[in-house]
Order: sequence, then structure tokens, then C-alpha cells
Amino acid sequence: MKKFVLFLALTLAVLLSSCGDDREVLKVYNWGDYIAPGVIDQFEEENNIRVIYEMFETNEDMYTKIKNSNNSYDVIFPSDYMIERMIDEDMLCELDMEAITNYGNIDGEYKNLSFDPENKYSVPYTWGTVGILYNKTMIEEAPTSWGALWDERYKDNIIMMNSQRDAIGITLKYLGYSLNELSPDALAQAKQKLIDQSPLVLTWVVDEVKDKMIGGEAALALVYAGDAVYCKGYNEDLEYAIPSEGSNIFFDSMCIPKNCGNKAAAEKFINFMCRADIAAANAEYIGYSSPSSPARDLMGEAGKDPTAYPDITKYDLEIFSSLGDKTKIYDELWTEIKTSMGM
Amino acid sequence: MKKTAFLIPLYVWTAVFVLFPLAIVVYYAFTRPGADGVVLSFESFARLSDPMYLGVLLKSFKVAIIATLICILCGYPVAYTLARSRSKYKLIIIILILLPMWMNFLLRTYSWLSILENTGLLNTILVKMGLPKVRFLYNEGAVILGTVYNYLPFMIMPIYLTLLKLDESLLEAAADLGANPVRAFLRVTLPFSIPGILSGVAMVFVPSVTTFVISQLMGGGKVPLIGDVIEQQFRVVNDWHFGSAISVIVMVIVLVFMYFINRGDVENNGNGGRILR
Repeated sequence: MKKFVLFLALTLAVLLSSCGDDREVLKVYNWGDYIAPGVIDQFEEENNIRVIYEMFETNEDMYTKIKNSNNSYDVIFPSDYMIERMIDEDMLCELDMEAITNYGNIDGEYKNLSFDPENKYSVPYTWGTVGILYNKTMIEEAPTSWGALWDERYKDNIIMMNSQRDAIGITLKYLGYSLNELSPDALAQAKQKLIDQSPLVLTWVVDEVKDKMIGGEAALALVYAGDAVYCKGYNEDLEYAIPSEGSNIFFDSMCIPKNCGNKAAAEKFINFMCRADIAAANAEYIGYSSPSSPARDLMGEAGKDPTAYPDITKYDLEIFSSLGDKTKIYDELWTEIKTSMGM
Repeated sequence: MKKTAFLIPLYVWTAVFVLFPLAIVVYYAFTRPGADGVVLSFESFARLSDPMYLGVLLKSFKVAIIATLICILCGYPVAYTLARSRSKYKLIIIILILLPMWMNFLLRTYSWLSILENTGLLNTILVKMGLPKVRFLYNEGAVILGTVYNYLPFMIMPIYLTLLKLDESLLEAAADLGANPVRAFLRVTLPFSIPGILSGVAMVFVPSVTTFVISQLMGGGKVPLIGDVIEQQFRVVNDWHFGSAISVIVMVIVLVFMYFINRGDVENNGNGGRILR
């Protein structure tokens, strides 16, 4: 009985204390594993704002949740094509750049890009390329083509990315098309190519790729460069390559959705994330490339890592553009590809 | 009158948490976003006629049926032994069977990955013993294993509870009348336990046929089940209409399936427990 009373008292205490928290609330919706530990705590302390932090795995997951719920987030982290789509669908707020004073830390080359030409709706957080992470001890020669992911020798040794734009995009690139190709013929070819590949693939994942590659579970994986940087830090046998056919260059930015609950706090948060020390801590921890030279200067060697900061002029890198009203075609294609696996 | 008053919470519960959500699913299944607002449409069902979806549906039922049969084959002896046992460790064994269920479902499934993966526990042991590595994961067998592991307790418990009620004197009578133990089991124990088996089947088969977590983790996306297709419609491609249409079809098939199973029960054992009326 004594124990029960104690339990009850503790439960009530916890409940009451959370009721008594009268700080402002900020809801952040970010990619999984996409912020340095401690950054949220620091923001909460410095600004006396309570942060509710939730995570998503792909742009499409995030979009579906924002689109279908009134459970508004205040800061979200979509990528280029998704920003363009959300602007088109009037889902994003214009940012008050007066409040985001650290915007100046972002380098000019990462501003005013095609998906948000005047940076009215987004502030770049990270960027990166898509490529192949491979284990030097498990393959015969370093991959130079996307064809490595279709190489019979690596049956059951290939990890694919369970993300529709990336998987279909690199397949189109491999077939010699643009990442943003929409012709039915090219898409049908890409679909068939991915279905043909399925017996060779070990598994389809997104974030779990890191643990698997570090552990030596597969020889090759389709990854974001940032994840490659992270993995290389834990396993020296891993190396990253951008195939000669070209690839995707992506930008993940911070935006405020229209149905947000606390725009002022959201802008404070975005500003905080652009501060050189915070941006450096994040880029260093997550491995993704920072668009801020003051941050890179603070990072030392990590700020010059060729995996994260390749000479982008050497490769044919394309930004994904929004599919607009063709989104449905891609969605059906993706459903068909995923449904046909292993048939 | 008094009786009805007690039933009000049940009615409210059913309306709010069963009928209302079900109505939404049916509404989505039979509509499509048109030029001006949502319109009545059978387009989602037409799309389902693609043999690709039929293939996935068949595979889901195959996986669920195999998993359910394995659960019966593995669960029955355990339940039987437990029910007949007078061991002082009986309670501990029951707790051990239920213990994994107190752990998060995802965690339980993830731990299988670290046991079975290429660099996992089992393969490490095989390599140490000088044997070649085996690809345990990311195939249909792995999905079945994950399903059996997660749902086995749901088969054991109802069978165990039914067998507890079996009067030993019935078996004594069978022996007195000349039945050997095998015959006594087949003619007395097994028919008596059928309601338990059927409850177990309902509790194992239905979640198995619609699972998507197990097939994603253990099948690596290469063994798509109908649950995966549904989940994808809601989570990734944002086509709730198509997702709902598939859900409706699966519900109807499962309902028919359970109806026939239970009809068998009513014929065999009129006074036993039933899942559906």
C-alpha cells in the first residue's frame, strides 16, 4: 500500500509538473538523426522555450503528415523539390528575415536556388550529394557507375534507399535520363530496371543503412553523402563515390508551415540553427555538408572532407524539381515497384 | 431496462472507436477527389484488379496461413503440457511465455535482426565453427519466423485456458472404455480444445495477414505483403482512397474466412466459445 501511495504521488507530481511548465512551446519536425545532441537543450535554455521534437524518414512521410493533420509543426526540414511543392500548394509561411539575423552566415551559392528563388520560404540547413557507399574489402573495384548496384557479383550485398525520388532518380540517371524525367517511356524503363534489380538487393532501408554499412552487412549502398561521412567515421573500410553518370545534389532547408502555432519561436529557432557554433556542431555530428562558411571554419578538417565537400563542378549534379501534377504518376509507379518486389 | 443502461458504454465505445472509423474507411474507399470536391468512384477498386495486387494478397494469406499453422503446431504441445502439468514452476513458465510481450513489439523484432543478420550472432557462431554463413534474413521464411515469434503466445494462451477446463475424468472414462491415449486425445482432448484453437487462430491469423512492420524489417522490403501496400498508401504516397479500398477488400476476405472457420466450430462443438456469431 505504501508503495502504491508513493507511486501515485510520483505520478501526480510528474503530471502536475508538466502542467506547471508555462514556457512557450515550439514543435520541430526534422529528419531522423539530423541534429547534434544537446542542441535542443541549449536552445531551450537560452530562449526559455520548450521544444517538442519529432522525426520523419522521408520527405513524403513529412508531407503526408503536414497535409493531413492540423497538429501543426512550427519548423520543418523539407528538401528542395518538396519545398517547391509545398510553396506551390501554399503550405509554407514567408519568413521574416529581420528575425533571422544569422542568415548572413549562409554562403551566397546556397541562396536563391531554383526551388525558392528569393529565399522567401526557406533557410538552407544542409546540402549533399547522393552516391554509393562501398566497403573496400568486399568488392573488386571501386564503383564508377550506378551499374555497380545492378552487378550480379554483388547479389545480396546491395542496400537500396527506401525513398521514391532517390531510388527512381538514380535509376533514371543510370539509364541516361534526367533525374526529373517525366516521359512515360523513361519511367516505365526505370520501373522495370528497379524490379529487375530486386533479386540482387539485400534490403530496402533509409536510416538503418548506417548501422548496416558500419557493421559490414553489405558491400554497396545507395546513400546520402552525409551518411557516408558518418559511416566512414566508424569503419575505415568504407569509401564514397559519386558515379560518372551524375547524381542528385540536394538541399535540406528549414521552413515554417502555414498551420504553425508559434511563428516567432520558429524564427528564433531557425536563427539559432544558423549560428556558426550551432551549425558547426550539427554538421560535424550528422556529417551532412554545411552551407555556412563561418561554421565550416570552426570545424577544422571536417569542414574540408572531400566526401561532404566534393568539387561539385566535376560531376553532373541535378537538383530535384517538384513533380507538380505529375506527382501521382510517381506515386503509382513507386507503389507498383514496391509491390512487384520478389514476385 | 437496467441491463440496457449497463450496455451504454459498450455502444458508445463501439460507435466511436469501431463504427465511425470504419465508416471513414468505407467513405474513402468509394470516393475519389474530383474536379470540384470528392465524388463517388470505384476507381480504387478497378485499380486493385491488377494481378500484381492479387499476387500480393495471395502471398499475404499464404504467409499468414503458414504462420498460423506453425503457431498451432508449436503452441498446442506447449499449452497441453502446461495445462496437464502440476509442476511448481508452471507459473514461472507461463510468465516466461508472456514476458516478451511486455517488451515493445518493434524492439522484439529488431532483436531478431541482430541475431540473424549476416554479421549477426548466429552467423558469427557458424563461422566460429568453421561453417559457411547463411542468409537468414530478408526472405519469406524470415517474415514467417517473425510472425510466428510475435504471435505465438496468442496461440498458446487460449488453448491453455481451454484445456485447463478439461475434466480428467473424461479421459479416465475414455481409457476405461478401451481408448488408448492417442485415441483419447483425438476423440476427447482435441475436440474439446477446438474453441481455444479457433480463438488462437483469430488472434494470430488476422494480425499476420495485415502486418507491415514484420515484413518490412524481416523481409527488407523484398517480401511486400498487403499491409505494406496499405501502409505505403497512407504514409508515403498519400492516396488514402486507394489505401482504404485495399483495406475494405482485406476486411471482407478476412470476415468471410473467419465466418467459415467458426461455422465449422458451431457444427463440431455447439457449446464451445465462438469468435463470431
